Amino acid sequence: MAQMTYRDALRKALHDAMTEDEDVFVIGEEVGRYGGAYGVTKGLIDEFGPERLRDTPISEPAIVGTAVGAAMAGMRPVAELMYVDFIGMTMDQLCNQAAKIRYMFGGQIGVPMVLRTQGGTGRSAGAQHSQSLEAYVMHTPGLRLVMPGTVYDAYHLLRQALRQPDPVVFIEHKALYAMSDEVDLDAPPPDWGRAVVRRTGSDLVIVTYSRQVHYVMQAAEALAGQGIEATVIDLRTLNPLDFETIRAAVEPIGRAMVVSEGPLTAGVAAELSARITEECFDFLHDPVIRVAGEDVPISVSTALEAASVPSADLVAETARKMLV
Amino acid sequence: MNAPKPHIATGSNADLLGLYRQMRRVRTFEERVGELFVRGLSAGSMLHLSIGEESAAVGVCAAMKDGDTFTTHHRGHGIFLARGADPERMMAEIAGKQTGYCHGKGGSMHIADMGLGHLGANAIVGGGIPAVVGAALVAQQRRTGAVSIAFFGDGAMQQGILYESMNMAALWDLPTVFVCINNQYGMGTRIDQATKATALHERAVAFGLNGETVDGLDVVAVRDAAQRIVDAARGGTPGFLAIDCYRFFGHARKDKSPYRSPGEEEEGRRKDPIAFARAALVDAGHGEAELDAIDAAAAAEMDATIDFADLSEEPPLSSMFRDVFAVGEPEPEPLADRIDRVLARD
Ligand SMILES: Cc1ncc(C[n+]2csc(CCOP(=O)(O)OP(=O)(O)O)c2C)c(N)n1
Ligand SMILES: [Mg+2]
Repeated sequence: MAQMTYRDALRKALHDAMTEDEDVFVIGEEVGRYGGAYGVTKGLIDEFGPERLRDTPISEPAIVGTAVGAAMAGMRPVAELMYVDFIGMTMDQLCNQAAKIRYMFGGQIGVPMVLRTQGGTGRSAGAQHSQSLEAYVMHTPGLRLVMPGTVYDAYHLLRQALRQPDPVVFIEHKALYAMSDEVDLDAPPPDWGRAVVRRTGSDLVIVTYSRQVHYVMQAAEALAGQGIEATVIDLRTLNPLDFETIRAAVEPIGRAMVVSEGPLTAGVAAELSARITEECFDFLHDPVIRVAGEDVPISVSTALEAASVPSADLVAETARKMLV
Repeated sequence: MNAPKPHIATGSNADLLGLYRQMRRVRTFEERVGELFVRGLSAGSMLHLSIGEESAAVGVCAAMKDGDTFTTHHRGHGIFLARGADPERMMAEIAGKQTGYCHGKGGSMHIADMGLGHLGANAIVGGGIPAVVGAALVAQQRRTGAVSIAFFGDGAMQQGILYESMNMAALWDLPTVFVCINNQYGMGTRIDQATKATALHERAVAFGLNGETVDGLDVVAVRDAAQRIVDAARGGTPGFLAIDCYRFFGHARKDKSPYRSPGEEEEGRRKDPIAFARAALVDAGHGEAELDAIDAAAAAEMDATIDFADLSEEPPLSSMFRDVFAVGEPEPEPLADRIDRVLARD
């Protein structure tokens, strides 16, 4: 057992992967000498040198495109995008190139790269540095999508992402880097693509991922004090999506809420809600309720920022309304 | 027009006192922004101070006319102030307050004021550059005589969008100016760690723009270079100006610049356009007392901004749904209302 932060767990995952496989290298802005804008790669350059912690100019499309080429040429790049908000600049390389190459070229070659980035609110960083853009990724066939919410998952999912044959977008949450937890890294790793049931209860199922796991768990504790017991599912990977775990929980209970920090409309919560409604329709007592970000950009004002994404209070309040 | 000019402070320095005053206002404002953060009154820590770069803001703005438009990067407080912004409304925006220029929605990195031609600061490196091509295109088609200027850092020199933008500006003879404030660093990356082509203006010349590099130590030299470039742009030849300076402090409020040696920083901070202008003014016969009075006036003006920001109201929560679309258009429905509506149905 070791006490470590989400940030340390990510660093250790990179460290261990780079030690094990010399084809793994990191490429991105400030990843080497600076140690990453959020400190994830701090110190790695001392051990692995500047070729494996390759600092780049501020040229996002070329960073991602270079990783695509390096992956095709046989290595295993980890490209870092400092903020997921910059993903728009790299969309061609990510969605038209990385995601399509295996398919377009008839299965001749894959693009085994990881795009590491971070998103979400919590720093008053404003409209262009606080978004939750996972739906852009989830909407593109050919991309895997990972969003760890715990220290343990940060480590294991990054290790597993680095063993995938296809491109993986790995989105961390900026508000979780300092979160610390006791983890047993020698315990058997989770099965890739499996959701985890964080809590069981018989009144409703709440499906979520990333930072919202913590808000939902807080809400579930508060609800338990009022006699409402929730099952909480942390998806961990959005692609692959473990629908079987969702189904197994929802069918006997017949009541589901999905929680996501991203904007409501056409977001991840919308997809999950549609899927549950389609597949578990005969078992549902209520419509599946989405608790998600408001359909607005994120403000720099701390008050507006906090109000524009789900809170533990909103989750608990919504659950109570569903159960009256 | 592409050879860097040697700098001398004795050019047309008739307005040096005014330029000094503006530079002092900018620096004092930035110092107060630092204070706002330390006192826990700012919205977040992503505040980028332009201390050491005042000649770029003040020198270029001195070459602009009413009706000209501009965009800035994330380190743009000084430019906006030099263009006539109200420092109280700026500080309130940096604190995320309702009285700020953008009512607490934008903040330091997304401040704007259409009245002053400020088409917006930007937190995406290079993100504000192409908008000036569009603004210049309109100025050209409507024959307004306005110029549109993009301000950005040396980091943006490695973004492809700059080259697409300069190429179009040159192709269509647009009244556009690209101003690169080269403070030698993009976060922890020194310019020569980001490119081999460090003679930045040569890239613009290759696209058919006028291009110059000027030493930011001397605000008069910056102003004169900017005047040449801006005047030519107004006449239909777009231009590019790189201004060499040094970022005195860390990238944002939490960066202590461990990647720079104390010796380097000390050397870099000697490149102080305010000290340089002050020495030139003293040489020209201005008394220390006169200059101290200018400094004191700037301090009094900027002191007031903190109280103004602190005492201003937070934006009301209902404002969250405003301005997603135009006034009069339906606002997005608040989530809690939608949930109530859905659950009330059965
Ligand atoms: C597209 C994009 N990439 C990366 C960043 C993160 N970032 C913010 S400022 C900055 C450095 C910018 O350097 P420069 O353009 O020289 O401006 P300076 O900060 O020196 O004023 C970086 C990498 C960003 N905001 N946008
Ligand atoms: Mg710079």
